Amino acid sequence: MSVFGFHFAALVVVLPLISAAFSALLRGKNLPWALTTIVSALSFYMSIQLLIEVSANGPLSYEMGSWAPPWGIEYLVDPLSGFMLMIISGVSTGVLLFARESIAKEVPEKQLGMFFSAYLLALAGMLGICITGDAFNIFVFLEIMSLSSYVLIAMGAGNDRRALTAAFQYLIIGSVGATFFLIGVGLLYMMTGTLNIADLASRFSEIEDTRPVRAAVGFLIVGIGIKLALFPFHIWMPNAYTYAPSIVTAFFAGTATKVSVYLFIRFIFTIFGIDFSFGVIQLTDILMPLAVLGFLSMSAVAIFQKNLKRMLAYSSVAQLGYIVLGIALANETGLTASIVHIFNHAIVKTGMFLSVGCMFYVIGSPYLKDLNGIGQRMPITTFGFVLGGIGLIGVPLTPGFISKWYLILAALERGTYVSYALVVAIVFSSLLAVIYIWRVVEVAYFREPPEGSTKTEAPLSMLIPTWIFILGSFYFGIETSINVGFAKAAAAFLYGGQ
Amino acid sequence: MLLLIAGALTVLTVRNLFVATMMLGIVSFLMALIFVSLDAVDVAFTEAAVGAGISTVLYIGTLALVGAQEKPGIKFAAGPLVTCLAVGAVLFYATNQMPPYGNADNPIHTHVAPRYIDVSPIEIGVPNMVTSVLSSYRGYDTFGETTVVFTAAIGVLLILSQLRRRKEDEDEDAEKPARKGLRVSLTGLGSQHDLVPHVVAKLLIPFIFVFALYVQFHGDYGPGGGFQAGVIFAAGFILYALIFGLQYTQKVLSSTVVLYLLAAGVLLYGGVGIAGILLGGNFLDYNVLSENAVSGQHLGILLIEFGVGTTVAAAMLAIFYAFAGRAEPVTKMPDQE
Repeated sequence: MSVFGFHFAALVVVLPLISAAFSALLRGKNLPWALTTIVSALSFYMSIQLLIEVSANGPLSYEMGSWAPPWGIEYLVDPLSGFMLMIISGVSTGVLLFARESIAKEVPEKQLGMFFSAYLLALAGMLGICITGDAFNIFVFLEIMSLSSYVLIAMGAGNDRRALTAAFQYLIIGSVGATFFLIGVGLLYMMTGTLNIADLASRFSEIEDTRPVRAAVGFLIVGIGIKLALFPFHIWMPNAYTYAPSIVTAFFAGTATKVSVYLFIRFIFTIFGIDFSFGVIQLTDILMPLAVLGFLSMSAVAIFQKNLKRMLAYSSVAQLGYIVLGIALANETGLTASIVHIFNHAIVKTGMFLSVGCMFYVIGSPYLKDLNGIGQRMPITTFGFVLGGIGLIGVPLTPGFISKWYLILAALERGTYVSYALVVAIVFSSLLAVIYIWRVVEVAYFREPPEGSTKTEAPLSMLIPTWIFILGSFYFGIETSINVGFAKAAAAFLYGGQ
Repeated sequence: MLLLIAGALTVLTVRNLFVATMMLGIVSFLMALIFVSLDAVDVAFTEAAVGAGISTVLYIGTLALVGAQEKPGIKFAAGPLVTCLAVGAVLFYATNQMPPYGNADNPIHTHVAPRYIDVSPIEIGVPNMVTSVLSSYRGYDTFGETTVVFTAAIGVLLILSQLRRRKEDEDEDAEKPARKGLRVSLTGLGSQHDLVPHVVAKLLIPFIFVFALYVQFHGDYGPGGGFQAGVIFAAGFILYALIFGLQYTQKVLSSTVVLYLLAAGVLLYGGVGIAGILLGGNFLDYNVLSENAVSGQHLGILLIEFGVGTTVAAAMLAIFYAFAGRAEPVTKMPDQE
């Protein structure tokens, strides 16, 4: 890797951060969007380069200000964080390609500069959380990501004033989560005297039996759980996703909660260590029931939603249930399932939210009652949505199937009667997914379009990115070497890195 | 400490929001005192300036918009209370085995910190170690925090300008007299008749600005730095706006300029970081900024602290303008509509 390529580790985050300041000053419909898209694409390119480098030569450490850790802040790209960087910047770039027409309709032109500034900050925040090797630095970027996401969600107020309440609710709950996280990190610092993650991990076993550490673990798990929308801390999420502008929902659905999942994995596996997490404090017993309850109840709730975006949001909470279940199973296959599902869900759900964005662009409403006969009015978009839905359910040859296959394998690996119950639960939850997707199919194809409606498709600039995600999801469902390959490498790294 | 608890409880129980705001200011001052007694002078400084100073002004600004009386009949909510008690209990449980306060053998004093204390005067050459940790060893965190301030300001500007736009729409649809009534509030800031505040403010403001500059550039030697200086600088402008009226303040420093300053601070900080890369070091490496490593550190810290100060001052002013000027354009842009 070239000398300049080495600096990609810093630039991948710093470039969006600095561009955010530029974007706030830009005016007009196209300039801020163009800047943001280019910056995001550059970040995507750098992430891919970093991931390739890490897969070939092992973890890459970058010392901020040339101060060696633990005195300075270190950026650490390992198989997991590299994979996350690629997902986040990739989804962001795809969504931005879609964004130009869509956002111009939902946000007034003179606010676009600052809107995209907030978007870039959110992107930089997420990337920063994933790449940093310093626990306090995580908090700083968590703040950047959270603040900007509150703002982005509130920007939906042009369509529906409830976006403001949703953003406020998220702000309160999210701040509690962030505070818990900070308390946890503070307690760990008090007991170890260090903030560097690798350093924390090496010193953790000496002090794991003390009360402050126990409290810290509790605060961290609950704090991240809130940010992750782990059932039962998910209350903020359906509202936030429902009322946010289309592209914001699509972007966050693929990435925001995934970043918290990443933190969850990072703390449980790297800092606390597998022996402590699953041996001493028995996280499996806490997380597994929550995960199962989460995906069963949320899939059921999704069936009864009248708003398409809300339905998909509940479905997202359910999908997070699968991911957490993979973590809770405490074996390498389970972790692989989780990581691969982070990728698969990101691509499928973003594709679906983008199709909803197309419908919203043309029809102006995400409510099912207004979408009667949408299959005839917008055939290309609707077909894309249905294909995405098939991927979500987990029909073979789709990415959803891959994740669930690994999840079931991991459950069976435990070999107790619980594992059979888990398999039944996963299959049952998939059937619930069939029902809520079918409701949309019924509305779309088996109801007459309202009188006088004409056949209008969304502009090509929106359809093409949507279909990139939909077709991409099928590609990764059939040719799994990329997503499963990287996920396996990351899981093996976390299990072997002990 | 007891005063702190009493103050916090009063904030919760008092029904008049104006009183609650004043109490919050007092609580902040007490917090600052506690920080001083913990030897965290820089933090105390920030708390006093931000917590007791600017936030109080912003709260009052908000109250002027929404009225000072709390909505009557708010239900007693058990959920939050239980959560708070549970959190308190866990923290109390944790204190039991905490290392004793001030003990030299504590992990925080034996692992990372000694290097800061032993080597930073040589490596960085700045007498105030807090500054060297904040802006050099952990300079990237500070860059992040500056961005957080930037994000917050952008957020407030976006949301408030959006609200006003809707209000204009509504006003076009139907004139609502009740809404009109609210607009008296802060736009009528400043009065020609109050002589005493005018004279006092005129006397005070130059000192405030000089003090802000002192804090800004003296952060290397004593407590202070960009965050505190930015807040003090903004406080000077806000005082002027409160006494003489918003429109005169905006003549001196218009909202557009504030927006540019807001971005400029972040760009300056980031630019110093990028310069580190271009000169052959890592991001935010100040050693390479000058031929001599220590003077490079000096230059780097000076520049980034200036960036921090600019962004913080601009952010405070932007938020203040946005609140105070609810009926006026926040960002003066050519009318495109």
